[in-house]
Amino acid sequence: MTSRRLSNGGRIDRSQKFAVRFGGKQFTAFGGDTLASALLAGNKGVVARSFKYHRPRGIIAAGAEEPNALVHLRDGARHEPNAQATLVEAFAGLSSTPQNAWPSLEFDIGAPLDLMSRFFGAGFYYKTFIGPFQGTGFWMFCERFIRKAAGMGFAKTIDDPDHYEKINAFCDTLIIGAGPSGLAAALAAGRKGDNVVLVDQDHVLGGSLLDEQAGSTSDAWLAQTAAELRAMDNVRILTRTTAFGAYDGDVFGLVERLQDHMQVPEADKPRQRYCLLRAGKTILATGALERPLVFAGNDVPGVMLASAVREYLNRYAVLCGQEVVLATNNDSAYQTAFDLRDAGATVTICDVRANISSVLVQKSVRAGITVLAGHGILQARGKKCVTGAQIVPVDSAGHATGSPRMIKCDLIAVSGGWAPVLHLWSQRFGKPDYHKSLDAFLPQRQRENITCVGALMGTTSCEDALRQGFDAGGKTGDAPELTLTEPFWGNDLSPVTIITKPDGTTPGKAFVDFQHDVKLADIDQAHLEGYVSVEHLKRYTTSGMATDQGKTSNLNALSRMAALCKMDIPAVGTTRFRPPFTPVTIGAIVGHEHGLHFRPTRLSVIHDWHRENGAEFTEAGAWLRPWYYPENGEDLRRAYIREAAHVREHVGIVDVSTLGKIAVQGPDAAEFLNRVYTNGFKTLALGRLRYGVMLREDGFVLDDGATARLGENDYFMSTTTANAAKILAKAELLLDTAWRDLKVHVTTITDQWAAFAIAGPTSRQLLADVTGADLSRDALPNNHFTNVLVNGVNCRLHRMSYSGELAYEIYVPAKSGRMVWESLMAAGKVHSLKPYGTEAMGALRIEKGHVAGAEIEGRTTMQDLGLEGLASGKKPFLGAVLRKRPHLENPDRPTLVGLEIIGDQGAKAGSLLFAQTGPTEGHSEGWVSSTTYSPALKKNIALALLSRGRTRLGETIRVVDFVGNSTLQAKVVSHHFFDPEGLRQNG
Amino acid sequence: MLRIHCPICGLRDETEFTYGADATVQQPDITETDQKAWLDYVFMRDNPRGPHREYWHHVTGCRQWLVVERDTLTHEMGQSFLAREVSK
Ligand SMILES: [Zn+2]
Repeated sequence: MTSRRLSNGGRIDRSQKFAVRFGGKQFTAFGGDTLASALLAGNKGVVARSFKYHRPRGIIAAGAEEPNALVHLRDGARHEPNAQATLVEAFAGLSSTPQNAWPSLEFDIGAPLDLMSRFFGAGFYYKTFIGPFQGTGFWMFCERFIRKAAGMGFAKTIDDPDHYEKINAFCDTLIIGAGPSGLAAALAAGRKGDNVVLVDQDHVLGGSLLDEQAGSTSDAWLAQTAAELRAMDNVRILTRTTAFGAYDGDVFGLVERLQDHMQVPEADKPRQRYCLLRAGKTILATGALERPLVFAGNDVPGVMLASAVREYLNRYAVLCGQEVVLATNNDSAYQTAFDLRDAGATVTICDVRANISSVLVQKSVRAGITVLAGHGILQARGKKCVTGAQIVPVDSAGHATGSPRMIKCDLIAVSGGWAPVLHLWSQRFGKPDYHKSLDAFLPQRQRENITCVGALMGTTSCEDALRQGFDAGGKTGDAPELTLTEPFWGNDLSPVTIITKPDGTTPGKAFVDFQHDVKLADIDQAHLEGYVSVEHLKRYTTSGMATDQGKTSNLNALSRMAALCKMDIPAVGTTRFRPPFTPVTIGAIVGHEHGLHFRPTRLSVIHDWHRENGAEFTEAGAWLRPWYYPENGEDLRRAYIREAAHVREHVGIVDVSTLGKIAVQGPDAAEFLNRVYTNGFKTLALGRLRYGVMLREDGFVLDDGATARLGENDYFMSTTTANAAKILAKAELLLDTAWRDLKVHVTTITDQWAAFAIAGPTSRQLLADVTGADLSRDALPNNHFTNVLVNGVNCRLHRMSYSGELAYEIYVPAKSGRMVWESLMAAGKVHSLKPYGTEAMGALRIEKGHVAGAEIEGRTTMQDLGLEGLASGKKPFLGAVLRKRPHLENPDRPTLVGLEIIGDQGAKAGSLLFAQTGPTEGHSEGWVSSTTYSPALKKNIALALLSRGRTRLGETIRVVDFVGNSTLQAKVVSHHFFDPEGLRQNG
Repeated sequence: MLRIHCPICGLRDETEFTYGADATVQQPDITETDQKAWLDYVFMRDNPRGPHREYWHHVTGCRQWLVVERDTLTHEMGQSFLAREVSK
């Protein structure tokens, strides 16, 4: 292969001349080039090594179907793997390296791969996983070798300096593909006044028209059409944009490559933009991709698709070879032959068809082209580039019928017919229909809101494509007129794509899937092993499973399978395509939604106070909560122990604004509460509050919290922070469905109320100072609330305790939250009031034996948690029936206990519990749920669920942390470690 | 992506909704004490191939619970109703 740039012609901008780098070498490029065209212009034949056999590979295509020319683009933080050189626009300073090039492009690894090659056949992965090598570590060995050798590309590990944008968009008419049929559709729909989006992956409009010789009649039509479209305000033209996914509801995923064609994006501009587009109707004008032919050596650099050879010649002025053998089974490749001849190449056509249109033959002869009817290529000769073609007369099945002869050449251009680009259609609708005359799968012309036009539908001429597009767009104004002399592929095609010896084998490796190195013999092997289903075949041989999703390989693999099974192609079927059409960078999908922008962060109304006062924060769901307030450089442990001890000795304040708060209102509010909580709420008097437990319908504990009765039909429910949204949604569902008879309204008021817990022996005095209210034991007993004024703000003061201390919760209108908090802090000075964080709050509740999320984790029942006393027997409630299932009442179930850890080291949550003797393996007898150091007890304690726990108080057990590989001893005790009689909280 | 018609808000993206439950099963009366009735309600579900009715919550929209007709085979969305107007 000796490819070179012609001194004139093409659609490149010769005034812009610059260098691009590939694998450390410089290549000259012009404006409008792709990396691939620049490499071919520089006669770069070998651009990759193949996946398994490390054979030299060259560029075979000019577009999205290219399987070989995968490159790494750029260096450092902007490094990008898996780019197809055929889709990369060349720009000054572009640096690229071959992706599949182990050990190097030039060096043949040879012997070691021959040794390995018998393992690389069909089913290699499966056989290595489950065959005789299972458990031998052979897979591990192979995987390391394959990963290194296979060149799947590598992702960078440093942050991407560019930013990516995401948008939502809508349109009346989406047109995908700006070739002749797509442009005609856009003209009609645009003139009609539709809000139109026209998408093309190329940077210019035109599609296949750009492959015509520069100066053709199509140029004027294209220029005029583009101008008319650009002048319409209602038509948005998105070039450099790939519609990669078609989803339910006529939603399409697009990615615009806004700045990929430059070394560094312009300041503040997004590199790419991901667009989720909702379309009214969609016109698919995605065209067709040429099929390669399968013959021995069909992967030698210098074997290229005929249409690509034409595109390189006419669009980029690159002549890919001087002496060309062109093999085809249809009419369309003849245009390539004529154009090559015009450029001065010699051309021999091997046409597998015995009968060829006399017009084409005469035209070829006039042009000085030799046409061999009923001939195919049995084998391409050459190693790193084509040196000749063994041609042979063939029968209608592609079997050789005579002896081969050698034709010297430096380029083999092939056309095995065309495969419509039905990927998007298939993503939506699945199986397309097989059309025998075209030997292709075609979508349905019209299904739901999607219309298919042009080469995608196997059109036979340019006029046909224009008419289909214009009709689909709504036939408005003058119909577009453009005639091309090019013979179309749909005209007269013979379904022969595989050329073999008379016995059906090939005289050397013949490739079906270039990117995954799947050979014709691998399909044969899979057939021998009994594979019939096309989906199985695909996975077993990995044909079509590379990043190109088999754009060039699927049909050839199918037709071989069909021939082997003696079935027709529709009986074999085809596989369904999945998004994306071409690889999409993760950056575009993520957009700005990373780091802190991954999801919204919820902040308490007094978050700023916490920050200003040195709090360290922890995440609780979407919330950021103060974790601890270090003094004098304390670490977490020192700080929480100090904070918890301070609460027990003096008084502390913690921000509990994150608790879920729901207003439950209406005449049936009490009945509603009675049904969702296990304990009775009908008897709850005005001015009182009550702790309640909720179950799921299946009888497991769902949530807990206190509810206050504010008025006759007005209740204030609180939930745990984590379950707030879930409980509200569940209440709304119940009231809208099963319990529509209840007159109740539920409303979230979480954000309307700030809430602080004030706990400790001097909390009463502090609050009395601030509010001036009588808070004596008789005036406000435990589980009562009262309305108070703090600095002129109406607040509600609940007397209840989570810490086990004398404690209150004060509910403050959110906008006054900070002012009230600061009033409390100011008044608290004389009482040594200190803030405490969630870690100290957890230590206090563990000391008290209260359950939290670590215990109410979806697998525990009321009995398990020692809460069965709260289950009313006098009324129905959700979960009442199924909590009585025999298995849930089994006395062997793990139940809540306390553990006093022996020694100085605390236990890790998640550690497993084992009896003192016996092996520490298999199922444990329980697990540790929550742990802390207890400042009150001066020892490490934990809450745990232990099988038959309540009967084992006093026993010493083993606490095994299999992650940290440590074993501790612990004494089983009641989980009410501290003040079990409740003297302090009720004092 | 599914696009769901909300009787209050119109045609909206699936991402604004959360799936709730199978709308073809009915929760037993709260006074029901037969375990079998509750077991069937909690655990037994048909897995229909074709038209189906589901509860969806327009959770980031109007917060209404809807009964949505969806074809499990084609993902085609049928009519939507406010749950409180149609559930049994
Ligand atoms: Zn809505």
